[in-house]
Amino acid sequence: MRSDPVGVLTGRHYLDGNHACCEGALAAGCRFAAGYPITPSTEIVERMAKRFPGVGGLFIQMEDEIAASICLQGAVWAGKKALTVTSGPGLSLMMEHVGYAAITETPCVFVDVQRGGPSTGLPTLPGQADMMQARWGSHGDYEIIALSPSSPQECFDLTIDAFNLSETYRVPVMFMMDECVGHMTERVDIPPADEIQIVPRRYTAKPPDQYQPYAPGENMVPDMVKAGDDYRFHVTGLTHDERGYPAIDAPTQDRMVRRLVDKVRKQADRIVRIEEDQVDGADVVVVAYGITYRVALRAIAMARQKGVRVGSLRLLVCWPFPEQRIRELSGRVRAIVVPEMNLGQMYYEVERCAAGRSRTVLVPHAGGTVHDPGVILEAIMEAAR
Amino acid sequence: MSSLNPVIPLLREDRMPHIWCPGCGIGTTVNCFARALTDSGLDLKKTAIVSGIGCTGRVAGYMKLDSFHTTHGRAIPFATGLKLANPDLKVIVYSGDGDLMAIGGNHFIHAARRNIDLTIICVNNLTYAMTGGQVGPTTPEPALVTTAPYGAFEHTFSLPFLADSCGAVYVARWTAYHVRQTAVAMKEALLKKGFSFIEILAPCPTQYQRRNKLGDSLATMQYYREKSVVKNGADTRSTGIEFQSEIVCGKFVDRERPTWLDAYNNRHATAIGASYRPYPWRD
Repeated sequence: MRSDPVGVLTGRHYLDGNHACCEGALAAGCRFAAGYPITPSTEIVERMAKRFPGVGGLFIQMEDEIAASICLQGAVWAGKKALTVTSGPGLSLMMEHVGYAAITETPCVFVDVQRGGPSTGLPTLPGQADMMQARWGSHGDYEIIALSPSSPQECFDLTIDAFNLSETYRVPVMFMMDECVGHMTERVDIPPADEIQIVPRRYTAKPPDQYQPYAPGENMVPDMVKAGDDYRFHVTGLTHDERGYPAIDAPTQDRMVRRLVDKVRKQADRIVRIEEDQVDGADVVVVAYGITYRVALRAIAMARQKGVRVGSLRLLVCWPFPEQRIRELSGRVRAIVVPEMNLGQMYYEVERCAAGRSRTVLVPHAGGTVHDPGVILEAIMEAAR
Repeated sequence: MSSLNPVIPLLREDRMPHIWCPGCGIGTTVNCFARALTDSGLDLKKTAIVSGIGCTGRVAGYMKLDSFHTTHGRAIPFATGLKLANPDLKVIVYSGDGDLMAIGGNHFIHAARRNIDLTIICVNNLTYAMTGGQVGPTTPEPALVTTAPYGAFEHTFSLPFLADSCGAVYVARWTAYHVRQTAVAMKEALLKKGFSFIEILAPCPTQYQRRNKLGDSLATMQYYREKSVVKNGADTRSTGIEFQSEIVCGKFVDRERPTWLDAYNNRHATAIGASYRPYPWRD
């Protein structure tokens, strides 16, 4: 399905990542947003408040992030595509409702413009330390999808992908920006609406008396309905059977939780997205994402000048993790170097998948500024020896 | 069929029996609600019910409507999203005193302030019943509850006063004894545009009455009958409830204020001018 031109600001723009994210949401068909102001994400909700009334959408600033993160799910069940926007402390408050979206299979997008933490941390300065929270932050077993843009252009492009993935798999999608990408201003090309592919919500074709809200359909994902269409359906955060009715027993729990997990894990090959450069024949591969990938590019260029055969692997989708590809690479390269703006999060996934077949080297950074490329270079040179 | 209970078409029979204890007042309120829905003439296809967590939080699951059992305390913000995303829906929030007024208190006051077009029905049994009878924001001194084993001692909320002061356009209180008045109030609230609020005092024989040696639910009905005073239009500052005290009942507030969505459209139309197309867009 093509995007609705009403929401698409076709043309060449000079935007920061936060503004581009808002435009991506509009292009994706998002017409409902609930938010709460928090640095460094605030420009996104400010632009939404300005833009949404002109496209038939609605933005509401709620009383806190807990409210925002459930308000948008109400909107989804009324038929809208919806998102919320926050940063670390707000993401912590939203975690209960990431779980609610997971168990109720409510397609929606949570944008996190990462700053330094823990707690109030560094409100105005970057971090990438919410990556594990994005995956594991709510209690219980479930799976989500997380994307990480490296530029304002990708804040636009990948926000559309985030909505499309949330509709395809009916999971909350975590859009993991960082302060640098959010506040960096670059050229953003917004294509014509008819060049933007949108995944529409997959509503059931069955009449109410034959419909079961949680009977798995295509790709293990149930077909949806929305309020007001006379299906008289029930949605609950309790463990539920295919009818959507609470069923507090181990067999139902097993069936439900396994499907929530398997619909992502068993289809990970179709969700994983990476970008590689000069990986064939490399001695060292740098794995990075977000702004740190762009910093690493500088270090990689310097290493190549010194004659090191170094490739790069960028995570566009961070969760699910590209386990298979890291396993393959680990048998062929001497070392995998992982710079990230935390003290080790995605690194441990790399280490797990490499399983000792190649060295893995973490280049940690507590946040507040990006890495010094020289530090990444040093790690590459050391790893290449 | 004259023998058919008139509320049955509104219930999910395949979910019976319900989880509520014998003597619980919640089922009585559901009966009133079903009658009010029928009497209101609302299009039930376009009527949705949202609950939080707790004994009353189970109401949504038993009603044959589009129904949402959300997280603890968050029924109101979920309902806000549902209503604003499709203003053609009638959205009711049905939950308990702990859910709406303690963990959900912040959402309650802000939704009332904004005048979101929702009907809020709060069954107040003076305790957290499902978790075993703990102290809550409505538990009066010196009631015995499991987390105040020497007796409750905190100041309580008067729910009508809270709703009134935050801007609710319709505020009423009844008890599970007043089934006709409750059904009438519910119907009025359902047909009122804006944030309407009804509190219904209801017995919890298992967790509250028994622990406080107040007898069974019949004894509580006698208490409601003897100690309730109907004062329509009463100043909500006079509606506080103390342990086994007089209960002021009636309709206290019925007024007009622009809803959030009316205010939203008015402001944008004023600021943007003739080019502004009011929300929701209808194609």
